[in-house]
Amino acid sequence: MGLLSDPVRRRALARLVLRLNAPLCVLSYVAGIAWFLALAFPPLTQRTYMSENAMGSTMVEEHFAGGDRARSLARDFAAHRRKSGALPVAWLERTMRSVGLEVYTQSFSRKLPFPDETHERYMVSGINVYGILRAPRAASTESLVLTVPCGPDSTNSQAVGLMLALAAHFRGQIYWAKDIIFLVTEHDLLGTEAWLEAYHDVNVTGMQSSPLQGRAGAIQAAVALELSSDVVTSLDVAVEGLNGQLPNLDLLNLFQTFCQKGGLLCTLQGKLQPQDWTSIDGPLQSVQTLLLMVLQQASGRPHGAHGLFLRYRVEALTLRGINSFRQYKYDLVAVGKALEGMFRKLNHLLERLHQSFFFYLLPALSRFVSIGLYMPAAGFLLLVLGLKALELWMQLHEAGVGPEEAGGTSGSSPPYPPTQGVGLASLVAPLLVSQAMGLALYVLPVLGQHVAAQHFPVAEAEAVVLTLLAIYAAGLALPHNTHRVVSTQAPDRGWMALKLVALIYLALQLACITLTNFSLGFLLAASMVPAAAVTKPSGPRPLYAALLVLTSPAASLLGSLFLWRELQEAPLSLAEGWQLFLAALAQGVLEHHTYGALLFPLLALGLYPCWLLFWNVLFWK
Amino acid sequence: MAAPLALVLVVAVTVRAALFRSSLAEFISERVEVVSPLSSWKRVVEGLSLLDLGVSPYSGAVFHETPLIIYLFHFLIDYAELVFMITDALTAIALYFAIQDFNKVVFKKQKLLLELDQYAPDVAELIRTPMEMRYIPLKVAMFYLLNPYTILSCVAKSTCAINNTLIAFFILATMKGSAFLSAIFLALATYQSLYPLTLFVPGLLYLLQRQYIPVKVKSKAFWIFSWEYAMMYVGSLVVVVCLSFFLLSSWDFIPAVYGFMEHPIFFMFIQIAIIAIFKSYPTVGDVALYMAFFPVWNHLYRFLRNIFVLACIIIICSLLFPVLWHLWIYAGSANSNFFYAITLTFNIGQILLISDYFYAFLRREYYLTHGLYLTTKDGTEAMLVLK
Repeated sequence: MGLLSDPVRRRALARLVLRLNAPLCVLSYVAGIAWFLALAFPPLTQRTYMSENAMGSTMVEEHFAGGDRARSLARDFAAHRRKSGALPVAWLERTMRSVGLEVYTQSFSRKLPFPDETHERYMVSGINVYGILRAPRAASTESLVLTVPCGPDSTNSQAVGLMLALAAHFRGQIYWAKDIIFLVTEHDLLGTEAWLEAYHDVNVTGMQSSPLQGRAGAIQAAVALELSSDVVTSLDVAVEGLNGQLPNLDLLNLFQTFCQKGGLLCTLQGKLQPQDWTSIDGPLQSVQTLLLMVLQQASGRPHGAHGLFLRYRVEALTLRGINSFRQYKYDLVAVGKALEGMFRKLNHLLERLHQSFFFYLLPALSRFVSIGLYMPAAGFLLLVLGLKALELWMQLHEAGVGPEEAGGTSGSSPPYPPTQGVGLASLVAPLLVSQAMGLALYVLPVLGQHVAAQHFPVAEAEAVVLTLLAIYAAGLALPHNTHRVVSTQAPDRGWMALKLVALIYLALQLACITLTNFSLGFLLAASMVPAAAVTKPSGPRPLYAALLVLTSPAASLLGSLFLWRELQEAPLSLAEGWQLFLAALAQGVLEHHTYGALLFPLLALGLYPCWLLFWNVLFWK
Repeated sequence: MAAPLALVLVVAVTVRAALFRSSLAEFISERVEVVSPLSSWKRVVEGLSLLDLGVSPYSGAVFHETPLIIYLFHFLIDYAELVFMITDALTAIALYFAIQDFNKVVFKKQKLLLELDQYAPDVAELIRTPMEMRYIPLKVAMFYLLNPYTILSCVAKSTCAINNTLIAFFILATMKGSAFLSAIFLALATYQSLYPLTLFVPGLLYLLQRQYIPVKVKSKAFWIFSWEYAMMYVGSLVVVVCLSFFLLSSWDFIPAVYGFMEHPIFFMFIQIAIIAIFKSYPTVGDVALYMAFFPVWNHLYRFLRNIFVLACIIIICSLLFPVLWHLWIYAGSANSNFFYAITLTFNIGQILLISDYFYAFLRREYYLTHGLYLTTKDGTEAMLVLK
């Protein structure tokens, strides 16, 4: 008979789960963390390879030689920009038209939820300029995009110059099968989001933008360029996009191929990949790279204009020129040739990039870990929650002496009625209160910023952040009040039922998060699972309370900021760290409202109420 | 054609005889994939011995065969292996002739359509020729006889083989156009297990087609023929059921063969759940219908064994449906396999839930009649095991 139906085997299994629960949980957690760390080492990583047939076997010869022209255009752009203070739209239009593109503009405006430090005002408006290079003999059904985001702080003028020089060069070629759109956006990512929304005719973020006059077909791939110097020592690539979405690995492989072909150095996170894997340095650096990528992906921020393209199923990358202390420097011609090669190969695509991986982690630029290999790490962590929940269920129902094996326990009352009694009614109150606190955390800071700014000497951005922290801390004070709402029937079992529900709730949320954004799910699981598993009202309460506070979502965010700067070899002092934390909170709220980033709602509406339930369990009387 | 068929029959009988004599026969007849409580040979033997003792075979709720089967084997118990080999051979021969006729009909229809110029001009290579259709009946007989599934069922002496023979003869009779024989065989097949009832409509449609009677509501010939066929079918069924009554002088076989007469609502609940699980395009609305019944079976809660794990599976799958749909359709990163895996897991959860309820129901019935606190003869706690 089956395992689940044979009573003898069931009892053995139940005894196993109950007795070995703590060791199994610890083992599972350690296995999860160890598996994750082992991902950076050679047996679990693979070398990258080009999967798309259309991009693999063709040879291209790059002829771009417009380095001087790019530099002069960049100087012109910078001068005009300094003069006008905003994007020199008229100059851009004139230049693009002289190069031979079809030029269009798009104006957009957005009312920010609160003025942040970069914009300093509520209303942000700007104009995007884009030129379309029509493919000579094709039907304008598909297109590629080369975008240069220009914000108020970064001038990015060399990128504009290079883009225009490339446009002039491309215009003279006859082999283009897809249209190429050269896009210059204002206000960095806000302009990019406005353009994308208007291009795809949707309105997800409440942007007001004028409709686009010219379109070019479905976008197959996009490259965002950021260059601030005439010479570069290496090209850095950023892959993490909005909500942790990643472009197809083939695009990264393409970039790497062309950098190697031109002898251009390519870096990931600013560092060259380790050459020797035999000594300990190589794997250590790959662990560092892996952790940095995980942290960046977990934050859910678009680390470049490419991050916003991914939502519309357009594979995109951001390339940044780095000018650092190295002897050999490359000029704009080298960068231009690499871009030309990439676009020529993308021109060969017959269908959207879909052959290679969409879910991967990068311990180094030419090595990756696929989802099949990294998912078990998260699985082990969630197994801990499952084991704990199973143990609680069995304790609640005393499965060893269950009602169906009704032999010698006629003396004790069957556990069925009290569990049912304490089951639903007394659990509803803590759940509702926690969820209400989460809702308050989500809604109140932005709504109440004016009230707060009136009564306290703070700016609106600071008001939002401080309200956030205040509501978060207020949640900690709650548990002493919810008990009066809770009925006191069988109080001993009440906390077990509540903990069971909280464990299942946490496991469900983490499972859903891990599937869409593995890094976020893994980090949250790694921090919250131990505290969630050990919490109970009896035992050393201050210790458990400290553990729970240290692993709450906000504390995890603070800790990960410190870790992030530590890994980037620019460690923070405590004061700086706190400032960065406040800035990160403001950024999180702002990005949720402007781009639809999901980190803030997930933490506020999902994980914070769940964490409050555990806090409730800890302080159960 | 006779020689190759005879050769195949000889080979099939040899294989079966060899397996019957080997030690695998015992092992195979215990396998749950081959025999079910409704078709197991062990239970037939049990019923026969109960009959010999003068007790009704249906007391004890072990035996689920029909009285005609009992009487058939009452006389043929010594030749059981031979009987099963002969039934397999009969099924193969019936299918052989049925498919032969079917091929003739198909070819005739094709010829008619060709002459009427109903086909497109350049489809010469799609037209079927008698040459290529020549070996199909032999292949059908071979497929049935030499299929490992058939061989295993025969060696296990599962009464499913007899049901197969009856259905094969029904098909042969329908192909030959004899409405009377077709109705009789269908009645016998339905009598043994209820499901061949669904073959009534296809059989009727083919017989109508064969006589060129159009299937229109206004056509008188259609109604007359359908009425005749239905009457023959129902009549045969009634005759067979009454005969069974006279054989055993009781109606006991009806609950044993067709089951759950005392609890039709629970039966209905299980059937609705099975429909929701196995229909072609299930949605959560189908699930919602049978889930509404759960409070009715509240009293079974204490006997449910896996309710926690199953509730978790169903909740997790429900939450993962939209996540994986988003990943597949909107993010474009996953593919249909992800979504399909969750569908499968959800169905597994539902199936386990239904079987859990079934078990709980049977258990409570058992306790009601035999007492809640069971002890074995020497006073220790007894354990209830479902076999």
